Amino acid sequence: MTKLLEWLLGVSLVLSAWAVVSFDLLELSLPQTYREVAWPMPLYLLVTFGCYSLATVGYRVATFNDCDEASAELQGQIQEAKQDLRKKGLKI
Amino acid sequence: MASRKTSQPKRESGDKYSVLLPTYNERENLPLIVWLLVKYFGESGYNYEIVVIDDGSPDGTQEVAQQLQKIYGEDKILLRPRAKKLGLGTAYIHGIKHATGNFVIIMDADLSHHPKFIPEFIEKQKEGDYDLVSGTRYQGNGGVYGWDLRRKLISRGANFVTQVLLRPGASDLTGSFRLYKKAVLESLVERCVSKGYVFQMEMIVRARQLNYTIGEVPISFVDRVYGESKLGGNEIVSFVKGLITLFATT
Ligand SMILES: Nc1nc2c(ncn2[C@@H]2O[C@H](COP(=O)(O)OP(=O)(O)O)[C@@H](O)[C@H]2O)c(=O)[nH]1
Ligand SMILES: [Mg+2]
Repeated sequence: MTKLLEWLLGVSLVLSAWAVVSFDLLELSLPQTYREVAWPMPLYLLVTFGCYSLATVGYRVATFNDCDEASAELQGQIQEAKQDLRKKGLKI
Repeated sequence: MASRKTSQPKRESGDKYSVLLPTYNERENLPLIVWLLVKYFGESGYNYEIVVIDDGSPDGTQEVAQQLQKIYGEDKILLRPRAKKLGLGTAYIHGIKHATGNFVIIMDADLSHHPKFIPEFIEKQKEGDYDLVSGTRYQGNGGVYGWDLRRKLISRGANFVTQVLLRPGASDLTGSFRLYKKAVLESLVERCVSKGYVFQMEMIVRARQLNYTIGEVPISFVDRVYGESKLGGNEIVSFVKGLITLFATT
């Protein structure tokens, strides 16, 4: 199954569960409060997921390591390499 | 020397690592990356070879490669040039055909991938007998150098979206610093059709699909010092297209 199908399956499962509860499709005679809670759920979920995404990406950008030492080390090694290669007879 | 003694058993283990270095206009970088590879393979004692796949670079990369071959020997430096620029994906395919090791390491020749991580890749691979080990900028001590906020944001954002949509089981999808069992790489390359960045992403997504095991090693990615990037252009557009394609087909 492709990821697209997995997603479609997941979303339609959630949506049908939601529809069953909020519109009482199966005539389960659920208490009114259930329907009231269920009705705005998709929107809540979307907003929550949006906030989670923003927070996660924001946190990861803020904590993205700047490898200053790695760059400094490389610069040093480049000089060392150039000298050694010249000694070994490399002509550039 | 103590390191000599410990390095001996590694040579006898029978494992050989072929490093594929695709180059296009890397005259300045190639000697440096080769020097670093020789240094770290020498210190760690693993058996290796370096396969340089130059696509007829107009800047004379091939000529530099020939000099390096004279310095380090034809058993260590293999030259497998192609007449013209045919792209990165086919450069790998071309390189694999000529690789004699049972493991293949893929990395950029522009010094953004540091050879010091290769011994860590190899140890990681042995630790779990992984089918492939991928370098990751996004975990542990991994990171980047020379990126501004905008680039970090795009990178992290794109990675997040991809993780959510594809759940690939690896944290760095667009990085191209990886170690593969040779047979695994061959079977993956055969299946992958994408170009550019998306090629790296497709490789790891298909690896997961085929139930190959993936190990990860944090790496620092230092933006190239010499020369210029050959990808670029409409990177974002092709990334989004690739993501959608993988989303719908894998
Ligand atoms: N043989 C070959 N190598 C290439 C080609 N395009 C890029 N490369 C090499 O692939 C590596 C990564 O390319 P680079 O331009 O640094 O891409 P970036 O790091 O994503 O910006 C470098 O070692 C390049 O020299 C190509 O068409 N043929
Ligand atoms: Mg690069």
